Amino acid sequence: MTLPNTLKNGPDASGKFGGFGGRYVAETLMPLILEVEAAYAAAKADPAFDAEWRRLLTHYVGRPSPLWFAERVTRHCAQAAGRPDKGAKVYFKRDELNHTGAHKINAVLGQILLAKRMGKKRIIAETGAGQHGVATATACALFNLPCTVFMGATDVARQQPNVFRMKLLGAEVVAVESGAATLKDAMNEALRHWVAHVEDTYYCIGTVAGPHPYPVMVRDFQSIIGEELRGQMMQAEGRLPDALVAAIGGGSNAMGLFYPFLDDGQVEMYGVEAGGHGVHTETGHAASLTGGRPGVLHGNRTYLLQDAHGQILEGHSISAGLDYPGVGPEHSWLHEIGRVQYVNATDDEALAAFQLCSRLEGIIPALEPSHALAYVLKLAPTLPADKIIVMNLCGRGDKDIFAVASHLGVKL
Amino acid sequence: MTRSRIKARFAALKAEGRGALIPFLEAYDPDPATSMAILRGLPGAGADLIEIGVPFTDPAADGPSVQLAGQRGLKAGATLAGTLAMVRDFRREDDATPIILMGYLNPILSYGPERFCTDAAASGVDGLIVVDMPPEEAQELAPFCEREGLDIIRLVAPTSDAKRLEVVLNASSGFVYYVAITGITGTRSADPAALEAAIPPIRAATDLPVAIGFGIRTPEQAAHASRVADGAVVGSALCDTLASTLDEQGRARPDTVRKVLDQVRGLSDAVRAARR
Repeated sequence: MTLPNTLKNGPDASGKFGGFGGRYVAETLMPLILEVEAAYAAAKADPAFDAEWRRLLTHYVGRPSPLWFAERVTRHCAQAAGRPDKGAKVYFKRDELNHTGAHKINAVLGQILLAKRMGKKRIIAETGAGQHGVATATACALFNLPCTVFMGATDVARQQPNVFRMKLLGAEVVAVESGAATLKDAMNEALRHWVAHVEDTYYCIGTVAGPHPYPVMVRDFQSIIGEELRGQMMQAEGRLPDALVAAIGGGSNAMGLFYPFLDDGQVEMYGVEAGGHGVHTETGHAASLTGGRPGVLHGNRTYLLQDAHGQILEGHSISAGLDYPGVGPEHSWLHEIGRVQYVNATDDEALAAFQLCSRLEGIIPALEPSHALAYVLKLAPTLPADKIIVMNLCGRGDKDIFAVASHLGVKL
Repeated sequence: MTRSRIKARFAALKAEGRGALIPFLEAYDPDPATSMAILRGLPGAGADLIEIGVPFTDPAADGPSVQLAGQRGLKAGATLAGTLAMVRDFRREDDATPIILMGYLNPILSYGPERFCTDAAASGVDGLIVVDMPPEEAQELAPFCEREGLDIIRLVAPTSDAKRLEVVLNASSGFVYYVAITGITGTRSADPAALEAAIPPIRAATDLPVAIGFGIRTPEQAAHASRVADGAVVGSALCDTLASTLDEQGRARPDTVRKVLDQVRGLSDAVRAARR
């Protein structure tokens, strides 16, 4: 396949990356997303908008996030290789140090500024693990906007600390009972609510999925991760990294890491999907790209977990942030053109990486980037010692300690 | 093969001087036999056109009543192929009542757009409402619909401005489905005055008949909508009635079919009495 000169031009005017993306929404929603698209285009061209967003990132979020040479993980990988010439250097891009503990806040602040520009009076959001909900509730507290977060009832039950956090921040949390009561149902409910509250409400989507312009908008905001990394890596090593690794649920942290490097052919990229109990099981994983096929859900055409009749399947992952049956459309495109390799890590592998990272680096990672680390632990020993891998440590693990304890048979 | 049942039906109703009653039922709700019995009974109960919902796991434009109906249908094994089989069965006895399938795009993509249109037309389907397929995304399906003579019925919302209206109407055939409320199915009812103000601009922009749906529950509302426009779609209210007849295990009771059809009869009487 001949690749275009640049992979950074997407999406086209219809919101498509190759054949993926688009605006597959009910007519009742079309005027809303066209309004968001026009408003985002205007904001993007306004230097004052960018300056305000960057001010918040610096002084409120604490960016730039550090680039950390994970020396003990590197040594661990070299030992695993068993040969002195093998074992790539491993760096962590530490987005877990952001205010609210994950990368989500980067795009939330951008979107809340946009909502204010649009004159919207209230914010809604969907959340799975609760990280995007917490980030949205945080930004809404800061900007004094009423906030309603839709969360599947199943997730409400298993993510109690984040539910309480959102409430502390002043948000209303709606437990969604419809469907399977998880992230996809929360997104359905948010879309339904949005249609019914057109005039005053902005829908703040947490990942690079949904109808155009959300995939491109969230990617643009999250690209701060890769942009910072570029400069930090030049300073640390005087060159670009050889491989980037990030976990994929909807794919926002990965898109943010990858996008600024898409045209640097020497930089290999790995998106790590949630392998759950193993990708050979029909519903025991959440690896949309590895185990799904293209379809239409939540406003975009993308790879989906679905049965033979086009009904959407529930994904499974130990990580509530990864068990989404779809994936951002730009990832579907990058998968089909082969620019990014999509691999997976199982629940058990992620759990092992979670513990290893805690002990070797003194960093308790979220279960989402633990999937990325699980793949790094496989990849690094196979690469020469002078190669460099950067992994996006996109969230911290405080929210996961209860789930992990329960998996390890520990009572808290 | 009759290829213009929708057009013929609206023309006949116009001659009769009244609007259409368009009841909605979800395929396989709560089981294939019951939903088939309801479908068969609808023309006799006064349905002028029939809308059949194709169950989907993620009905993002539907309110609780239709969501639950869809979940019951899926649990009973509903598929797109099974829904087409219902229409084929129906057509053995009725070749005049137009049938419109309402659903979401993914099951159609999974079936194969071209094969679906061929099979739908052969089964006796007259039109499609594909909720999450705006005109901008219709290229995968629209050519096959046109080839097979399937109308694409589109929703027009209170939020559709003049520019949007033009885009939507240009891509519509059969009739226009006016969404009476900004919201999802069955959650609120439309304000009569708002409806009376909303329909004339649509009429001015198209010669297609206009039906009103979302939030029409009572005979009075159906009569009003059929007088203001050319037809009234009633969905959630019928799904609620069906649901209220089910036993604790969600199974149909002996009076399930009768209760739904009685309600349709009441709606139909009101629409028929509302001559213009």
